[in-house]
Amino acid sequence: MSLDSKSTAPAHPTPEHGRTSALGSLLKLRELPVVLALVVLVAVTAAINPLFLSEQGIKDLLLNATILMILAVGQTLVIITRNIDLSVGSILGLVAFSTGSLFVAAPNLPIVAVFVLGMLFGAVLGGLNGLLITIAKVPALVITLGTLYIFRGINNAWAGGTQYFAGDRPEAFGNLSVDTALGFPVITLIAVVVVAIVAVYMLGTRPGRDLYAIGSDPDAARLFGIPVTRRVLLAFVVNGLLAGLAGVLYASRFNSVGATTGSGLELDVVAAAVVGGVAIFGGSGTVVGAAIGALLLTTITSALTALRVDKFWQQAIVGILILAAVVIDRIASVRSARKLRIAEARNV
Amino acid sequence: MRFIHSGTRRRAAFAALATSAALVLSACGGGAASEGGGSEGGSGSDGEQTITFIPKQLNNPYTDVVLGGGEDGASEAGFAESEVVGPLDASASSQVSFINAETQRGTNVIVIAANDPDAVGPALEEARAAGSKIVAFDSDTNPDYRDLFVSQVNAKDVALVQLELISEQIGGEGEIAILSATANATNQNEWIKFMEEELASNPDYANIELVAKVYGDDDDTKSFQEAQGLLQAYPDLKGIISPTTVGIAATARYLSTSEYKGKVALTGLGLPNEMRPFVKDGTVSEFALWDPAQLGYVAAFAGKALADGDITGEPGDTFEAGELGEREVGEGGIVLVGPPTQFNAENIDDYDF
Repeated sequence: MSLDSKSTAPAHPTPEHGRTSALGSLLKLRELPVVLALVVLVAVTAAINPLFLSEQGIKDLLLNATILMILAVGQTLVIITRNIDLSVGSILGLVAFSTGSLFVAAPNLPIVAVFVLGMLFGAVLGGLNGLLITIAKVPALVITLGTLYIFRGINNAWAGGTQYFAGDRPEAFGNLSVDTALGFPVITLIAVVVVAIVAVYMLGTRPGRDLYAIGSDPDAARLFGIPVTRRVLLAFVVNGLLAGLAGVLYASRFNSVGATTGSGLELDVVAAAVVGGVAIFGGSGTVVGAAIGALLLTTITSALTALRVDKFWQQAIVGILILAAVVIDRIASVRSARKLRIAEARNV
Repeated sequence: MRFIHSGTRRRAAFAALATSAALVLSACGGGAASEGGGSEGGSGSDGEQTITFIPKQLNNPYTDVVLGGGEDGASEAGFAESEVVGPLDASASSQVSFINAETQRGTNVIVIAANDPDAVGPALEEARAAGSKIVAFDSDTNPDYRDLFVSQVNAKDVALVQLELISEQIGGEGEIAILSATANATNQNEWIKFMEEELASNPDYANIELVAKVYGDDDDTKSFQEAQGLLQAYPDLKGIISPTTVGIAATARYLSTSEYKGKVALTGLGLPNEMRPFVKDGTVSEFALWDPAQLGYVAAFAGKALADGDITGEPGDTFEAGELGEREVGEGGIVLVGPPTQFNAENIDDYDF
């Protein structure tokens, strides 16, 4: 695979190729800024307002990040393949509303079954996106913009003015977002497990590496014999599945689910991934970075409120972060491309 | 195809209420409603009178409650037939064809919540010329086109009842905060203004300090986070007022799942169905909202009094509104339904909206 192109994509070094250390340091570089930003933010906020890191404060921080984290992980898979899924907010809304309806229709349904059904429903919607994109060969931006409205329209037609409230759902289900295990809220642990599984998959498995290859250069990946269509479809299905999971968790955590649940969320998700070092044109970035990006974005909101900063500044600060992330990403990719070229030269 | 935006609709309902509230406050225009229509329309005896409700839009949960009250009122007031017709979309001109149809049918009383105060005007004038009585409710038409406007509440009452509730719940002293809808929501801002004035001027509230106003944008998630932020930023906070149904429910959900449950008071404007679990689990002791059913109920009785010729819509006219008692027509032909209803553990199960 040629590395001399000026594209921002730093190609995909295969782990078994002795370049793991280069990749490792690259990973560190990509995630380091966002981790640092998070640490500084939390430290400064806690110094000014100690309540920020009280038991309740930490719990709130983690809970706030949970849903966005899961969505960001799914979105990262899709972005890495040089695609995007703008319909995740609508998928979340549909699944959240169907979770509410499910509990009303069958109050005794085991909670696990609701999770499974919600995730399956999400996977079907995600698969629909994937099929449209891989078969019609239309850019994901356009397809998922379309399904954003289609899914939301279905949600509107289905829900109408109906809303389901926390009181309509079993207490045990709502308590998932209240109870803690080992000091962590239960739903946050679910998110951490999701991040871990997907991270291992992306780092250590063939299909995971394939996703990077596809994002770096789809044509080369196809020539190389990678089943591009299948892999991209998989990325969309998993993203839908995770959006479904997020939808069920949304219903657990928040009070009402209805026709507008989750609208506008897609941009937060993409922002989290970008801030977490995922390159918007695919080929690089990690799910761990995206998860931390999600944590950073939600923590900023909480920190600024805890510091009594006018909330109108929040959006501007998020914007600055996105720009900073892009700049860092650019610097990182230029540096890594140079490094890889040198390594390549030595190998030959 | 029907795409119904519940959020938008809820906002629309609030906007409507805001408009009505604003109209109540600035009720100096209109003056006497025209008497041109005369009272010869109602043709016959009590048994044959008909009434039709035209809401802004069908299938809105809030409107459904209003109309439920209207139908009850219509049958109690003695209308032979009551009907609900209306558009699926709340656009300015969508009600006109329904008004025309009612005119042709010779309906005695048309009760309308106008989507646009002027767009319905010509159609309503035609209806009046044919002998119909026009009662506007929820959202007023231009005063020239209707006999009466039945308005929910007066903005100041809404503000004051929330202050009374919070003061009672925090024992008359301490820091409070307001969690509102959007920063530029007309109705909420008007209520907040009245609250601030009252806090500054009423000696009963001298020990209450309003420390923050935050905005949850009527978004569940944002309101939730704003509530968290308030409690972190103001450790001594004793109570929160949230004058929006989304905000109060999100805040209640947060409080009920946190260590602040029962320690920080919460009140504001909420929907009983949404707030029921939080009242039952002790997170919220009392909150307020107008009872939408009463709006329809009073409108039906007002229509009856007009159709019978008992009143003409002049300020000072009075009529009986069934179990709600006597109502008086105020300046500009406006009838106020009554003070906001307060909901607590004892009465919340009596309401379903």
